[in-house]
Amino acid sequence: MYTPHTASDIEAMLRVIGVDTLDDLVRVPDAVALRAPVEVTPQLTEIEIAERFHGFAARTTAGGYTSFLGAGAYHHYIPPVVGALAMRGEFLTSYTPYQAEVSQGYLQAIYEWQTYIALLTGLDVANASVYDGATALAEGVIMAVNATGRKGVLISSAVHPNYRAVLRTYADGLDLTIDELPYGEDGRTDLSTLDAALAEQRYAAVVVQSPNFFGAVDALPAGVADRIRATKTVVIGVVAEAMSLAALAAPGTWGAEICVGEGQSFGNAIAYGGPYVGFIAATTEHLRRIPGRLAGKSVDANGKTAYVLTLQAREQHIRREKATSNICTNQAHCALCATIYLAALGKTGLRDCAALNVARTAELREKAGALDGFSARFDAPVFNEVAIRVPGRAADVLAALERKKILGGLDLGRFYPELADCILMTATELTTSAAVDRLVTALSEIPARAAARV
Amino acid sequence: MPLPAFDTPLIFETGQEGRANRYLPSGPALEGLLPKDALRDELPLPDNSELDVVRHFTRLSQKTFGIDTAFYPLGSCTMKYNPRINDAMANVPALRDLHPFAPDHAAQGALAVMWELERALASLFGMAAFSLNPAAGAHAELAALLIAKAYFKKKGEPQRNVVIVPDTAHGTNPASAAMVGFKVLSLKSDANGRVDPEEMRKAAGPDTAVCMMTNPNTLGLFEPRIHEVSDVVHEAGGLMYYDGANANALMGNTRPGDMGFDLMHLNLHKTFTIPHGGGGAGAGPVGVAPHLVDFLPTPVVRAFDADGKPSNAGGWRETADLTFALDFERPDSIGPMRSFWSNFAHMVRALAYTYANGGDGLTTVSKLAVLNANYIRASISDVIDVPYDEINRHEFVASAQSLKRETGVRALDLAKALLDRGYHAPTVYFPLIVPECLMIEPTETESKETLDAFIADFRDIIATAKSDPEKILEAPVNTAVGRIDETRAARQPDLRWRPA
Repeated sequence: MYTPHTASDIEAMLRVIGVDTLDDLVRVPDAVALRAPVEVTPQLTEIEIAERFHGFAARTTAGGYTSFLGAGAYHHYIPPVVGALAMRGEFLTSYTPYQAEVSQGYLQAIYEWQTYIALLTGLDVANASVYDGATALAEGVIMAVNATGRKGVLISSAVHPNYRAVLRTYADGLDLTIDELPYGEDGRTDLSTLDAALAEQRYAAVVVQSPNFFGAVDALPAGVADRIRATKTVVIGVVAEAMSLAALAAPGTWGAEICVGEGQSFGNAIAYGGPYVGFIAATTEHLRRIPGRLAGKSVDANGKTAYVLTLQAREQHIRREKATSNICTNQAHCALCATIYLAALGKTGLRDCAALNVARTAELREKAGALDGFSARFDAPVFNEVAIRVPGRAADVLAALERKKILGGLDLGRFYPELADCILMTATELTTSAAVDRLVTALSEIPARAAARV
Repeated sequence: MPLPAFDTPLIFETGQEGRANRYLPSGPALEGLLPKDALRDELPLPDNSELDVVRHFTRLSQKTFGIDTAFYPLGSCTMKYNPRINDAMANVPALRDLHPFAPDHAAQGALAVMWELERALASLFGMAAFSLNPAAGAHAELAALLIAKAYFKKKGEPQRNVVIVPDTAHGTNPASAAMVGFKVLSLKSDANGRVDPEEMRKAAGPDTAVCMMTNPNTLGLFEPRIHEVSDVVHEAGGLMYYDGANANALMGNTRPGDMGFDLMHLNLHKTFTIPHGGGGAGAGPVGVAPHLVDFLPTPVVRAFDADGKPSNAGGWRETADLTFALDFERPDSIGPMRSFWSNFAHMVRALAYTYANGGDGLTTVSKLAVLNANYIRASISDVIDVPYDEINRHEFVASAQSLKRETGVRALDLAKALLDRGYHAPTVYFPLIVPECLMIEPTETESKETLDAFIADFRDIIATAKSDPEKILEAPVNTAVGRIDETRAARQPDLRWRPA
């Protein structure tokens, strides 16, 4: 209970209001009155609450495993300074900074986040955040639909399957049609049918992800983005692993006009899937179609620098059904964590971190691929995850690894039936050589009959 | 108690290249690991020492007003105290570091958290089931309308494409309707600020998909004929949607399910004390009546008893003897709404809050929220117009219309004058049907002393507006910056720093 009222407070307040009891204040017609007591939790003290949650923690045993899971959610090192600053009460307990005069600090932090995302993606502007990577994709597609008046979307099948699934959910509402480009033998998007598809002039956007779901660098080759734009189709780049932006060519430099993605890797806990932080960056041409909040720099009545939420004419609380999106709440606090993280690591730390991810994954790919019966499924260069083909079914190999307290990665058969013999394995700066060796040893010890069961 | 006014340079304008913090070993050269054309040329980001980073963000925090700073009576937003035990529980390593693709057997505790919360919410609000998938209230509205669309499609009534919203509705309601291709029909409130079932009878028909309402409505008024409104919509074949933004007013007293609502959402960041965090992350579970359960977003958490039998009925219960699984195989589902299963850290917070209160405690929470709102209303209605001066629920609206006529002082000016006195401003100019509107929601976590101080300051501001209106029109003068040139911000958008 967090209510400060004493019995005499309540009595005095009721007297001012002019009613006799609290029940008189909240009386409802009999037709809708509660008929039976609600069944919610018992009321506990803080000590008992902590006991409960330590009980939940004890039943959550994944922490006892060595993990090679990634696939859109990544274990990265988060310096304690991120939490120490982000958990300051002023940040934590403020609301959307509509009252700019008393929100200058948070507005400046959002402006800094927008700058970081614009610099990292190589684009002109970024918004204050959206829910996560998948919803960022859906919102980015809506921008392209509004820009072109077309209702088709051509998306690479190497875009994160969950993102594509969410896009399909949104598409049911907006009556969009979604077609997919296959992935090729090297693990990149197969663009051989692109020109024929573009000739139909019915796509609002072409969507590719880099690094893609298989970890492969999948930026559009030189000239392709120009061919897409020549058909008045918008190029959308997806980034599900933001850490890659510190190393790989910025999406804006290979032709993405809209870049959407997931920023969890920047200082946000993995937390069983959320909350994370989606971002949307775009060229200036698309500025007025960007959904959600935007913080801008202006001046106050005395000419002093001041920050304020701006271009609000795009938003639901002004435009209602004509808004660019229904988004209201965004992920400000997750974006703040990311901003603090980026400030703390700096250019040097980010470069180091990205390079360590690439190097550890190269080590994993080499060692696992050298095992008898195992190989890297695709040849394309990768950032921090790699598809490893195993003898037999990936699901069986993963189950055998779990018995050795290893979460070996994601069974690609879950999303790609034709890749049921492949595991998507992830290595980050937190993956030690010793952990890689444990994995490789465990793989080599899996009894042939278990692995070979098809 | 003004916030500090010092300037803070942008993080990009400070630091020196190479002033690195040693969090990690040095990385190898990328050029040896990846082809050159895959790599970026430059990374124009600043290197700052950790101390300078700490000072930078500490200063920014000092220029930010939160609930922890002072009273925050922002109507419709339920700015109540955010208990710190919630954050501590969300930060327990086994829960904080759990990967969403961890196998169910290694995630049983996390699944138990989700299931317990879901069952408690279902009982508290009278729904058959909730999905914890949507990331915020507006996101849940979208999910609910997609559910309605899928339901009518399956029922063979795809022509139902009209959403009826009262003119007091939140802006997200019509915006969400537009995102599923529904048309919006705005329904005028009656003279008492309520929805009239007879008006609804004229509006509802064979094209009605959903009627979206909140109760209490955005004026803070209970809709006493809600069950009649529900009957009218149901007779027309439509569904009733409950916008849970105002759920803090009615817990343990009446339930949306008993009012006839088929669909609803909750803003856990309002009612269940998840910190607003400067505008998110929130959490917006979507709840449904029995006939809509199959359409919920994926995945849902399923529970099984010791014999492996499903155990999904009823309210909250102890879970030590149950096992849990994420269920993705739901053919009628609208599909997933977001990358992963839920804003899980927030589910931990919401469940911790539920445990801190229990059912009786949550009932008391709502009663005291209503008490605090009515106490302020009764204490200022002699100095400012209160268009609906009756027993309100957790919030009420005042209007500066006659004050503006007499003195030139508008609602916006009163808001800025309150900032000068160290309060956050109420919500202004919403709902749209009350001119010069101030919407005040104190929440139950404020003490009588805090309310008394606010009431005294508010009355003093009104007195000053009448004796010396210029003083109010100049406000704010005690804040980090004065009134901001919003026109310039919109006409010459400066949305990022650029390297020189």
